[in-house]
Amino acid sequence: MNQTSTLDWTAVCALHRLEPDRGVAALVDGVQVALFRTADGLFAIDNRDPVSGAYVLSRGIVGSRSGAPTVASPLHKQVYDLRSGHCLDLPGVAVARHEARCRNGLVEVRLRQEG
Amino acid sequence: MSGGDLVVIGNGMVGQRFVDALHARDPQGSWRVTVLAEEDRPAYDRVRLSAYFDGVSESELNLHTPHDGVRLRLGEPATAVDRDRQVVTTAVGEYRYDALVLATGSYAFVPPVAGTELPGVFVYRTLDDLAAIRAYARGRRVGAVIGGGLLGLEAANALRLLGLSTDVVEFAPRLMPVQVDQAGGAMLRRYVDELGVRTHLGVATTAIRPGPDGGVAALELSDGTALDADLVVVAAGIRPRDQLARDAGLPLGPRGGVLVDATCRTADERIWAVGECAAVDGTCHGLVAPGYATAEVVADRLVGGAATFPGADTATKLKLLGVDVASFGDAHGATEGCLDVTFTDPATRVYAKLVLSDDAHTLLGGVLVGDASAYPTLRASVGGPLPAAPLALLAPDGGGADAGALPATAQVCSCNAVTRGDVDAAIADGCADVPALKACTRAGTSCGSCVPMLKQLLDAAGVAQSSALCEHFDVSRRELFEIVRVRGIRTFSRLIAEHGRGRGCDICKPVVASILASLGSGHVLDGEQASLQDTNDHFLANLQRDGSYSVVPRIPGGEITPEKLIVIGEVARDFQLYTKITGGQRIDLFGARVEQLPQIWRRLVDAGFESGHAYGKALRTVKSCVGETWCRYGVQDSVGLAVALELRYRGLRAPHKLKSAVSGCARECAEARSKDFGIIATETGWNLYVGGNGGFRPRHADLFATDLSTETLIRLIDRFLMYYIRTADRLQRTAGWVEAMDGGLDHLRSVIVDDSLGLCADLDAAMARHVSSYSDEWRDVLDDPDRLRRYTSFVNAPDVPDPSITFTRERGQPVPVRADGPPGGHRRQPVTLGLPEVRR
Repeated sequence: MNQTSTLDWTAVCALHRLEPDRGVAALVDGVQVALFRTADGLFAIDNRDPVSGAYVLSRGIVGSRSGAPTVASPLHKQVYDLRSGHCLDLPGVAVARHEARCRNGLVEVRLRQEG
Repeated sequence: MSGGDLVVIGNGMVGQRFVDALHARDPQGSWRVTVLAEEDRPAYDRVRLSAYFDGVSESELNLHTPHDGVRLRLGEPATAVDRDRQVVTTAVGEYRYDALVLATGSYAFVPPVAGTELPGVFVYRTLDDLAAIRAYARGRRVGAVIGGGLLGLEAANALRLLGLSTDVVEFAPRLMPVQVDQAGGAMLRRYVDELGVRTHLGVATTAIRPGPDGGVAALELSDGTALDADLVVVAAGIRPRDQLARDAGLPLGPRGGVLVDATCRTADERIWAVGECAAVDGTCHGLVAPGYATAEVVADRLVGGAATFPGADTATKLKLLGVDVASFGDAHGATEGCLDVTFTDPATRVYAKLVLSDDAHTLLGGVLVGDASAYPTLRASVGGPLPAAPLALLAPDGGGADAGALPATAQVCSCNAVTRGDVDAAIADGCADVPALKACTRAGTSCGSCVPMLKQLLDAAGVAQSSALCEHFDVSRRELFEIVRVRGIRTFSRLIAEHGRGRGCDICKPVVASILASLGSGHVLDGEQASLQDTNDHFLANLQRDGSYSVVPRIPGGEITPEKLIVIGEVARDFQLYTKITGGQRIDLFGARVEQLPQIWRRLVDAGFESGHAYGKALRTVKSCVGETWCRYGVQDSVGLAVALELRYRGLRAPHKLKSAVSGCARECAEARSKDFGIIATETGWNLYVGGNGGFRPRHADLFATDLSTETLIRLIDRFLMYYIRTADRLQRTAGWVEAMDGGLDHLRSVIVDDSLGLCADLDAAMARHVSSYSDEWRDVLDDPDRLRRYTSFVNAPDVPDPSITFTRERGQPVPVRADGPPGGHRRQPVTLGLPEVRR
């Protein structure tokens, strides 16, 4: 049984700092978060690529697969569903997802700790 | 028989094929094999012998595959076989055998006329013969070839390439009398005339006369005329080398050759014969395919098999003096009551003949001159019903010859004896493309002429050869390029809205980014283009496994001043970068964090460096040897050309990375033939090679053009690169692109040398645009605060370096700490060096 706890919202940057269909890395309570602005909205996931262990997912290419918004790891190109964090190429692999929203022109992130 | 001592006499193509075939069936080596070779070099590809004059080196013709335990005695011909003692004698010693395979091949037949022993008279059989011809041809003016068959025409072309005015004397009333009929020979002669080679048909050579210096000077012909000739090549046919067998008392065939039955065994149960020296059921075969068949039969028999000679496929397709000639089946219409269908087009100079059975239903054979594109299908149809109406089959593009109409028993690949049934079965088992079929059936892996049929059979089986790029675009990269180019589209969003679906992905976005860059659409990080780039292009550096980047400044041609070298050293020291010399004569600086990149570039750019594009699917480096400036062997300034080429093509985005090299002489120290385009200096100019590759699947580049001026060379490279950029598939290197091209290298030549598609002006203009619009991508970022903002560690904490990137030291340099590796992943271990142990 997974326990999920949520923390407070943290303001990260102005929305205009995010380029459409491109990610940035943010440091939220010591956690590296990959933040994306896509046509489907804002998404936040762990920046750590679970396959390589490197903190690089924010630098992946954003796109879609069968309608789902995705990011591809820049190291070995595994594709993740930005909504669920599930890897669409490797069954059983997933990346932690966080919550993201825009308030008054500021992008905010709230960590979810799944354990 | 199942093992013991095996002696093979002869190391030609068939002798080597036999050793390979036996090794495949007897990998544990129950036969201890000794090969006695007359020549002092291992087996080479005699079929391609003439390629020697096109600049193909000896080592590239090499066929020898070393196998454990095979004793190869070069330069040690057998002198006698003692059947009673089961011993072969050479000048050096004796070799006992339990089984003996004769693979002595044949020798060039020299007609009994006066003067064949004169200096300047050669045969055309071995690499030594060719080297001697080349050496003797220096400074000579006129050459003559006795014999207008296959080998004679090859020799004539060789003399032509050596710069000699050339005559061909043929006793028969037409050229290539064995392969083609009278009308085909006449068509062939028109091509030969055009090349300036003079033919003398229906006449014999009666004598070869010396000049005042004792060397050959003239030929006397049976019609009373005389021809000047400083050099003569005798190519009047071959005869089996059966002297050893004759001396050993073995029976011979009616026209010579070691007599063997269908199992390729001689009258002595321990002795076998393969290849051109074997008279199988009395008949010798002078082609390599039947020779290979005999090698396979004997290899099979020696491991207890029951193979028999399947009969000789005498079909041939070749390119002589640039002309396609093919002949197959009953080419001369020897079958009783047979019917001919012929097609002659003097305008396009194409001749074709089909020989049909008396009811016109069964294909018996044929001759093709000038266009042999229908050959694979026609040859496979011999003995069966016609695959289409005769006129459709003979149409110049062979358009009617579709493999889909072949019966299951038709042999698709004659090199490897693969039938249509075999191919269909492999398709049913899931082979969905040509590479899979090649791997599964071996079809198309030798001469490759059946590859178009493999495609047709996939089509016929309904296997869709999808060229869709990804789920977002139904078209291939090549088609996408044309859409972008012709419609003038400059944004991904418009392209996907009008010609695709969805939002794109890591496959189509970098492809479109590359296409836009190739078409000159500004800086790769401008506007929407930034979101299309792979991380390497996005940060203009190379992502490494720990999330850090490496930086490679351009060092054109590998030439660098001490001052610049010091700057690189200082930058590496100050930013604590791991430093390594690359294979492309540059220096790679590893371990830079994102936010350090602009600071590093600043230092480098201020010292006169620019981006080396190591991160891009773009021109990487033009490597060079030191060339004639210093090297005592060099004949051209290879460094100067390499620098010029690297500066001309720097920043050129392509379907995949591009590598090049320039060597200053034929010693090839720059390894240019492993590059996408390689240049090797000659005494008078440059030779251009294309389509080479190192990497996963190494490939030697093909010789594309010879002795070019620098200006012509650059024009051809311009067009080669632009045509590649326009038409290659995604991530297809030039090697795969050249291999996959319909019509191969000849087609490529026709497009970029002869301008057959009328594209050249366009290609030239596109390259001119590239050259004039180049600017350094690093400097452009440094000059632009908006672009610079991307180079931060964290959007909300730009002063905090990425804490996951940490280094330890190894051999005096920083290397990544692998603490946060994948679960169960390996940790770095020190390399331990074992010392060899001495056993007493």
